[in-house]
Amino acid sequence: MTATEAGPGTSVGAALGRKEDARLITGRTMWTDNVTLPGMLHLAILRSPMAHARITHLDVTPALESPGVITAFSGREVADVQGSLPCAWPVTEDTVVPDYPPIAVDEVRHTGEPVAVVAARDKASAEDALELIEVDYEPLPVVLDMEAALADDAPLVHRDQGSNRCYTWTFDSAEAGTGGDVTRAESDAEVVVTRRFSQQRLIPAFMEPRSIVVDPTGDQITMWSATQVPHILRLMLAMVTGTPEHKVRVVAPDVGGGFGGKLQVTPEEFIAFVAANRIGRPVKFTESRSETMMSGHHGRDQIQDVTISARRDGSVTGLSVRLLANMGAYLGLVTPGVPVLGAFMYNAIYKFPAYRFECTGVFTNTTKTDAYRGAGRPEATFAIERAMDELAAELGMDPLELRRRNWINHDEFPFTTVSTLTYDSGNYEAATERAKELFGYDELRREQERRRAAGDTVQLGIGVSTFTEMCGLAPSRVLGSLNYGAGGWETASVRVLPTGKVEVVTGTSPHGQGHETAWSQIAADQLGVPFEDIEVLHGDTRSSHKGLDTYGSRSLAVGGAALVHACEKVVDKARPVAAHLLECDPADLEFTDGAFRVRGSPESAKTIADCSLAVFNAHDLPEGMEPSLDSDATYDPANFSFPHGSHLCATEVDTETGRVRIRSYVAVDDVGRVVNPTIVEGQVHGGIAQGIAQALYEEASYDDDGNLLAGTFVDYLVPSATDLPTITTDRTETPAPDHPLGAKGVGEAGTIASTPAVVNAVVDALRPSGVTDVPMPCTPERVWRAARSTEGSERS
Amino acid sequence: MIPAQFEYSRPAGVQEAVRALAEGGEDAKVLAGGQSLIPMLRMRLAVPSLVVDLGGVVEMRGVRDDGDALVIGAMTTHDQVLRDPLVHEHAPLVVQATSTVADRQVRHMGTFGGSLAHADAAGDLPSVAVALDATFDIEGPGGRRTVPAGEFFVDYLTSAVSPDEVLVSVRVPKLTGWGTHYEKFNRVAQAWALVGVAAAVRRSGQTIEDARVALTSMGPTPVRARGVEEALIGAPATAEVVNAAADRAGEGTEPSSDVSASGEYRLHLARVLTGRAVAAAGGL
Amino acid sequence: MSRINLTVDGVRYDDDVDPRTLLVHHLRERLGKVGTVVGCDTTNCGACTVLMDGQGVKSCTVLAAQADGRTIDTIEGLAGEDGTLHPVQQAFHERHALQCGYCTPGMIMAAVDLLSENPDPTEDEVREGLEGNLCRCTGYQNIVGAVRDAAATMRAEVPAPRESTTETVEGTAPTTTGEVAR
Repeated sequence: MTATEAGPGTSVGAALGRKEDARLITGRTMWTDNVTLPGMLHLAILRSPMAHARITHLDVTPALESPGVITAFSGREVADVQGSLPCAWPVTEDTVVPDYPPIAVDEVRHTGEPVAVVAARDKASAEDALELIEVDYEPLPVVLDMEAALADDAPLVHRDQGSNRCYTWTFDSAEAGTGGDVTRAESDAEVVVTRRFSQQRLIPAFMEPRSIVVDPTGDQITMWSATQVPHILRLMLAMVTGTPEHKVRVVAPDVGGGFGGKLQVTPEEFIAFVAANRIGRPVKFTESRSETMMSGHHGRDQIQDVTISARRDGSVTGLSVRLLANMGAYLGLVTPGVPVLGAFMYNAIYKFPAYRFECTGVFTNTTKTDAYRGAGRPEATFAIERAMDELAAELGMDPLELRRRNWINHDEFPFTTVSTLTYDSGNYEAATERAKELFGYDELRREQERRRAAGDTVQLGIGVSTFTEMCGLAPSRVLGSLNYGAGGWETASVRVLPTGKVEVVTGTSPHGQGHETAWSQIAADQLGVPFEDIEVLHGDTRSSHKGLDTYGSRSLAVGGAALVHACEKVVDKARPVAAHLLECDPADLEFTDGAFRVRGSPESAKTIADCSLAVFNAHDLPEGMEPSLDSDATYDPANFSFPHGSHLCATEVDTETGRVRIRSYVAVDDVGRVVNPTIVEGQVHGGIAQGIAQALYEEASYDDDGNLLAGTFVDYLVPSATDLPTITTDRTETPAPDHPLGAKGVGEAGTIASTPAVVNAVVDALRPSGVTDVPMPCTPERVWRAARSTEGSERS
Repeated sequence: MIPAQFEYSRPAGVQEAVRALAEGGEDAKVLAGGQSLIPMLRMRLAVPSLVVDLGGVVEMRGVRDDGDALVIGAMTTHDQVLRDPLVHEHAPLVVQATSTVADRQVRHMGTFGGSLAHADAAGDLPSVAVALDATFDIEGPGGRRTVPAGEFFVDYLTSAVSPDEVLVSVRVPKLTGWGTHYEKFNRVAQAWALVGVAAAVRRSGQTIEDARVALTSMGPTPVRARGVEEALIGAPATAEVVNAAADRAGEGTEPSSDVSASGEYRLHLARVLTGRAVAAAGGL
Repeated sequence: MSRINLTVDGVRYDDDVDPRTLLVHHLRERLGKVGTVVGCDTTNCGACTVLMDGQGVKSCTVLAAQADGRTIDTIEGLAGEDGTLHPVQQAFHERHALQCGYCTPGMIMAAVDLLSENPDPTEDEVREGLEGNLCRCTGYQNIVGAVRDAAATMRAEVPAPRESTTETVEGTAPTTTGEVAR
């Protein structure tokens, strides 16, 4: 199907069609919900309708009488085997990590929390039986608002804890020795801009609902799960349930999107594991969309107080940030760490001489939050890019000019920031210049002037976002210093088959990113093997026993580097074989154009395939040589990856209705060297779409009783094709100096960049009438209210 | 999400359908295209004992010319309405509003009558029916009766069709010499209307001779904006007149406040969109 | 139980079904047509789109009993028996119109439905025609491009020789007007 054949050494950088597509476009995909096993039972989960209550009575026995039901059980019945769901990232020594039973035992703390389980011969019977389970709840006070939750007399989400505070994490550049004192910067400042921004709660809304099949009948207990993290899941299943790790196999087959939403070990996975072992038969649980929305983890949900101090000439002198971060009722795998990841990004691309950050995590009676595309970095980027626009307005300066005066120039890299990171590379000038050109920035500014002067009903707004981000999670030692429970390395194996075909085994776990294609491109170049002759294996702990999976734009940045190194080892192992076959000294060989050649006589050559056949036969190898070319490598990055870019957005805002239409959007990203430009462009498109969705459409809010108001796609507004613009993309290319391919992460960049670009454009459209903010999502009603609230002052 | 169990009947004629409903008792439910009912069944918000599927009632499908009106069979799908030359010629407002209903797939299954009988105040067709003074032919155990649009929409999700009755067809008066427009405002393509305005205007030169305006999602039922009509009829066709008339769009409305919009904003939108709809219908 | 017969991807099946069985569950669980998937409960996402008598419908919002006597086409029957891809499938691959692929079966079937009615849609018409299908990965841009590429291919009586890169595809579609290029 892929017609373009890449020659040796030319695969990386080519816009090759994806290998994955063949099965995805013909309906031959292996989703977890397609897995059917002999004797398999279907689970249904009864969930709490209350946001906070004591369970005073729970009886599953009526459900047992229902047709088709095999068993049913409550949390209390499995309390001694279900364990407590893990949090791998308690960010401080005193982080409160509450007990988190997969099925509630005595008390429920958010709507949608599992309280009982039915296993039946088919899904319909299981759902029927749920209605027969008797539960009595004694309501307890509900706390939803973070500031209210921190009040002295607030109701407690966890009554065994003294407060709803989970942790407070701080950073101060004066204490760290990386910068000055913010208080002093603020008192000395000529201009101080203070803003409060709210990051609304979002739902990842991957298209494939989560699904789990567990087969307890083999020597290994096998779990198929629609997860981003099969390796982490296996480890956590073993650690939490006490099952020996080698007795657990986890398979992530084709996985339909994640966006961080499947970076989790879920109550449902543990419930299915417990149920299968209890019954001794395979079980399947596939959630409904409503269940995903209600109880799959959410993202964002922060309140940000940001203060920038500056001089009148626009140079910034200090930045302080205070965050409240909603944890929800429990801590997921990395819940506390998400806002802390943002801590390093508020200073963004600017040379702030002083910085202070404080984040308090707060428990509320809501679904837990956790990673969602960007995880902490979109929040930070939004706040700083919005605040920079506000400072520009305060100074009467063009927002791009303000940025230019403060950003790190291309000749200043590597640059150690006030928040301790060392940015390895970048060229903000080049990306911004290209974006301005594609956007027609100056012409749009002139049009904006004309429309303002004419008092048009529909006003034009121009939004700017010049961003960077830290991704490629992550240097293990940095994660250790942040109290994270694991390293950040990645692993790859290369298996060279006797016929010269190659299997690449990766520890990354793609769910839409196209690793089968991109990893084939890398291996093709490194080994001189045709792209078509490479199979990429992933997502099954039986073939890929080790890995840290896919999230945080890490797969190419870390896993890709591991693959390069594994390939290099194959070449190193093949070299003496080739030398033996060519009867020369290994030192006389060079590996070029996919073959070993004797320097000076390139006509005699041996390929990796020649060598692999030789080691397969092993009839005639140098004494003591191991007859194998197979190699693996584990790569622990020395630094994060720092993609950057400049995004420009033009909105048309109907001041009568508040309707926002994106007229044009230009994204110039710098993700270093690119393996597959088509895939990169796709990642940028999709990322921007999700960022626009936060800016304009999506919000998961609760009513006063803690019921989720956006429990289906009817109310949670995932944009469709008519709701999104056509995006103009381009790239500048500043290679990452520490990465063997020069590549940087791209998965989250679009999401991180686009939200502030859009909201800046909305505010910019209304700024002449005195508007300084519109809360997200910028619904027509909110835009209309913002415009209306300033009408009086404008006229006076 | 699987519906609770129910019995299923697929009658071939209207009489047979009415008999099936009678036998099914008060927990029987009519299935037209199913595009609203089936999601409710899946969420178990509706738990009927019997579902009477009208999909086999051929006589309820199609559009016919009945002199000064069109008669649209209740089981005519949205897609069939959109393809029908008679509807295009005599009821372009119905075409325009129908083209905004949900999405292509839903329009292939969903029916004209089903949408109206479902009586969702955020639905697009009820306000159109009200603006056009449509009448509804309903068959029940007591025979056939005709209900005017003004009486058809009783309350939120409640029409004049009793549980033992079937909406057979809808009579839509032809508008000759009128301009029409349906103005829909929603947050994303798939979302229900925050507010919709169905407008029909007949001009004679620079004078507005007649006007009909009805509002979507401005109360538990579609609202006929009589105040707007009053201000328009007989007035000169100018932007000032239209804007002044549109200011009266809130009269008689009871807009709700919910997760999608506040009542105050809906009221504001109704005025703005009424102005736009009337201007478009009147060729201003 | 209701007795139903369906012709699915060219094969006739007779089955007794519980009346509450949704068409999509019948396809997946009884007939093994797991290429068609479920993404939501509320008829929003369109992942389950199949053709019923040639028209796109959301198979999670059709009772299997309602489909009695009908012809159903799913993503699994779209390619030719020799494996030749349908022009929409081919264009989705060439234009990188999918990432995770979960929405893809429904998106492709919705596109086939759209093109059967409108063989030369504008960009806006494609966007509107696909408004009943949600995709979380792509931002839709490459999907829109793919559908228009496929339309051009299908309009041409003899498909133009194609190569895999996007750039060549744009240049080789013989009947495209200038606006086809993105």
